[in-house]
Amino acid sequence: VSAVPFGHALDVVTRVRGVRGAMLVASEDGLVVAEQLMEGIKGSAVAALAASLSGRLRRAMVAAGLGPSQFWHLQCEGGALLVVPGKEGLLVVAVTEPDVNVGLVRLELLRAAEVVG
Amino acid sequence: MPEDVKALSADLARDPQSLVFLRLGEALRQKRQFEAATRIALHGLERHPHLADGHDLYARILADRHDYEHAFDEWDMALRIAPQHIGALKGLAFLYFKIGDLAQAEAHLEAAYRAAPEDPTIAQAFAVIRGEALPPAFPDEGVEAATEEDGVVEESFAEESVTALPETLVFAGLEGAQEGLLLLDAAGLVLGGALKTSDGVDVTETVAAYLAGVSQEASRTAKLLELGEWRGVSAEGQSGHVHVVQPTPGSMLLVMRDRSVPLGRLGMLAQRAAQAARRWLEQQR
Repeated sequence: VSAVPFGHALDVVTRVRGVRGAMLVASEDGLVVAEQLMEGIKGSAVAALAASLSGRLRRAMVAAGLGPSQFWHLQCEGGALLVVPGKEGLLVVAVTEPDVNVGLVRLELLRAAEVVG
Repeated sequence: MPEDVKALSADLARDPQSLVFLRLGEALRQKRQFEAATRIALHGLERHPHLADGHDLYARILADRHDYEHAFDEWDMALRIAPQHIGALKGLAFLYFKIGDLAQAEAHLEAAYRAAPEDPTIAQAFAVIRGEALPPAFPDEGVEAATEEDGVVEESFAEESVTALPETLVFAGLEGAQEGLLLLDAAGLVLGGALKTSDGVDVTETVAAYLAGVSQEASRTAKLLELGEWRGVSAEGQSGHVHVVQPTPGSMLLVMRDRSVPLGRLGMLAQRAAQAARRWLEQQR
């Protein structure tokens, strides 16, 4: 898969106001596949934790009969982490400011997941 | 006595902006025609969204239908609009009584008493909450506004009197207490609540095991990103949603609902359940 669609997919996400960065992460091993992050964000560490958290949530939701998660959102005092598990074992991840339009970021993450899939 | 529904309907048809919808909705509610009562209440609220009595009416209908979560929201809204609203204060007292939060129930009744000391139903409600009277002594409105002649509340109180509220039921009175709410300790052991799939299969222990560690990882992620404390994790699945919060540092609460409950609303439900969990955890100390 070429890097061009990856870059374009992340562009669409980072263009949303309040998004501090976006990444594509391999869900299996938590490695960064592509990233567009503001300075200071530790991409590789965030990717590893996002993949781990994603795996736990997926297993819990499947066990609960809800099916794998299609979107999840970690809400924190100073911002948020939003993740859409895409096809091909990729996670599309966004790191945001606290006052971001979550609905819009979710839509863009879903679109990005379609593109990279 | 219920008013004449036909006459009230005719009045409303003549003037759709009229506040007669309050009397018509109440009359239908008393006749247990909840669908029609709901339509009338919503019709009225569309035209008068800031009318506290409208929200009170809708809350009563919802409570009659055992939709306590939405009833809570409506009474809460009525109080935001009119902080001294007697019906809303008594309605919320009733809901707090139902979940076993007697302090809140009493606080709301006290506020109602300050606003309307001449209302005899408040004293009766106090007596019930303090275990000095039997539930059927509840008034025809107010705390028991939720119901009236239909006896729904009386049945509810008969089932769960103040003293009979089981200590083990963390979420007693909350919707989904036995199939959609789960409280865990830091190690993923179940403290209360339960989860069931749409087929009725109990998945409490399995989900608890998978969720163990989520709190720790959420904290690590938040710290790494310098985002402060984490407040919650919401996740959207193919057949439903979950929301995870931390009622206290050593516990974790999961709320699960089908897709008809939007993620945003699920977060609100989770906050309410977290309050109940915090109270319960404090009582256990």
